[in-house]
Amino acid sequence: MVSASPVSGTHVAPSAARESLRMQPRSRFAIWRSSDHVRLVLIWLALLAVPFIAPNAYVVSLANLALINLILIASLNLLMGFGGQISLGQAGFFGLGAYASGVLNVKWGVSAWLGLPAAALIAGVAAFVIGLPTLRLRGHYLSMATLGWNAILVVFFNQFVSLTGGPNGLLGVKPFAFFGIALDTEQRAFPVVWLASLLIMLAILNLLHSRIGRALRAVATNELGADAIGIDSFGIKLMCFTVSAALAGIAGSLYVHVNQYASPDTFGISISILLIVMVALGGSGTYWGPCLGALIYTAVPQLLLNYEDAELMLFGLGMLVVLIVFPGGLAGVPDALRRRFASWRHP
Amino acid sequence: MTEKLLQVDDLTCRFDGVTAIADLSFDVSVGEIKAVIGPNGAGKSTLFNVIAGVTRASSGQVRFDGERIDHLPTFRRARRGIARTFQNLQIFREMSVLENVMVGRHTHGAAGLMQAIIHGPALQAEEHAIVAAAMDLLNRFGLAGKADVQAGTLSFGQLKMLELARALASEPRLLLLDEPVAGLPRAEADQMGEIISGLNREGMTVLLVEHNMRMVMSLSHDILVLNNGYRIAEGTADEVRRNREVLAAYLGEAEDA
Repeated sequence: MVSASPVSGTHVAPSAARESLRMQPRSRFAIWRSSDHVRLVLIWLALLAVPFIAPNAYVVSLANLALINLILIASLNLLMGFGGQISLGQAGFFGLGAYASGVLNVKWGVSAWLGLPAAALIAGVAAFVIGLPTLRLRGHYLSMATLGWNAILVVFFNQFVSLTGGPNGLLGVKPFAFFGIALDTEQRAFPVVWLASLLIMLAILNLLHSRIGRALRAVATNELGADAIGIDSFGIKLMCFTVSAALAGIAGSLYVHVNQYASPDTFGISISILLIVMVALGGSGTYWGPCLGALIYTAVPQLLLNYEDAELMLFGLGMLVVLIVFPGGLAGVPDALRRRFASWRHP
Repeated sequence: MTEKLLQVDDLTCRFDGVTAIADLSFDVSVGEIKAVIGPNGAGKSTLFNVIAGVTRASSGQVRFDGERIDHLPTFRRARRGIARTFQNLQIFREMSVLENVMVGRHTHGAAGLMQAIIHGPALQAEEHAIVAAAMDLLNRFGLAGKADVQAGTLSFGQLKMLELARALASEPRLLLLDEPVAGLPRAEADQMGEIISGLNREGMTVLLVEHNMRMVMSLSHDILVLNNGYRIAEGTADEVRRNREVLAAYLGEAEDA
């Protein structure tokens, strides 16, 4: 067997190859990658100040909610923006995580720390089972299946009163506890949400810059090309959907233990659709997009507390404007402006 | 040079009553460049798709390195060592040039989901090896300077090179090239021809479909001529050129084109 080894580097003197490697994109690649890591850690360090400088508990509660929303929107962005699959049931996985963790706690006294991984596991397994038949097919089958799934879950949350508390919501959920101290105030809960969101954002960043992350993006851009280089497209999509749902489940568990309450309306199909809007607004398929999406998703309803109907209209209008003017979403605005500025300087 | 890398036996492929390939048998030996030619509709593309696993044959067998592969999906055939390029390019346009080639080395990585998330030393070492191998290939194809550029912005000729580099990144044993020089200006076509024969000198086995007769005649060790799904001739460039049936069915029209 003749071994053809086109990547062995025999065509270039090895030292020269290594030199050009060091000088050229390799180093830029590494710096570019680590700069997102550095940015992430710096931003989260700055966020640590929130409980101290916030004027009241309400502001801290918004920060907690924003970070939970971030996990949720980032999980959907992983699936939608990088994996190219649309889930119309992300709020359902969020709710499944919340109710799984909450019911385990209320009915069987399972601690929040165990409920959190359990929520991830249950949401992940549910996604795996849904993805198994639907992701094999090309087309909108996953969207349809997740839409139905979310509808079923909402009915379940409402009707299974003995377990979920029904339309009145699930009451009496215990907060996280740390060495016997209940983290039952917004300030005390903040470190948990802060750490969870940091670890998840870090995990997503690492994942995107790995072999699996590249394969995921490749499958989303061109499945035929991905198959041809030995990528199991179905396997990659199933993994992505499972991870995405598990992350949404974690967001749900955090939500239920921080608020110590869950209600079916929080997890409806309209919420799933709003989450898609937030992914698109922030910048679908960009790493930082979900941060912007989560900020908007958390802040705008607070600003419009007295005009509930205006909120939906504003979101819809905002999405139209952003996607027409900046198709890449808000995270793409700096780049778009830079390009426009450059072409104006050098026509 | 007698070891058979690819064996196609009694292959038939029908779509809705149309027979695209009829009872076709041929081999590709280790280390050879074999070309498949024929007028439009001769069944060349179907043959490629059947070998790559995109289309299922109605009957017949395909063996790679002695083992049957006709039941395997595309990605499993790629993992066995069959890499391909596409006539109309299947590039990951939104990814960088370097990332396109890095993806090509997918099958050479072992790091799983957990390692990817934790990004430990093992994964970083693997990543460095992938980047180094990809940069080596980009250097060879004169694309190193474009490594960080979005692939979609490259010229058509550069994209053809990039797709070949991506295919090579998997270190395949058989390279399927679907019209590698179609649409390229003469200088770039010649450059591509030199690259292909260079790869072959290093031991690469190549099966190619191409309309450019100059390229086919100068590159190939062996030429398979199809017409209406049937094999009408097989042999060296000289043999095929002298074959009456080929002249009648094909070369007459093709050289005008």
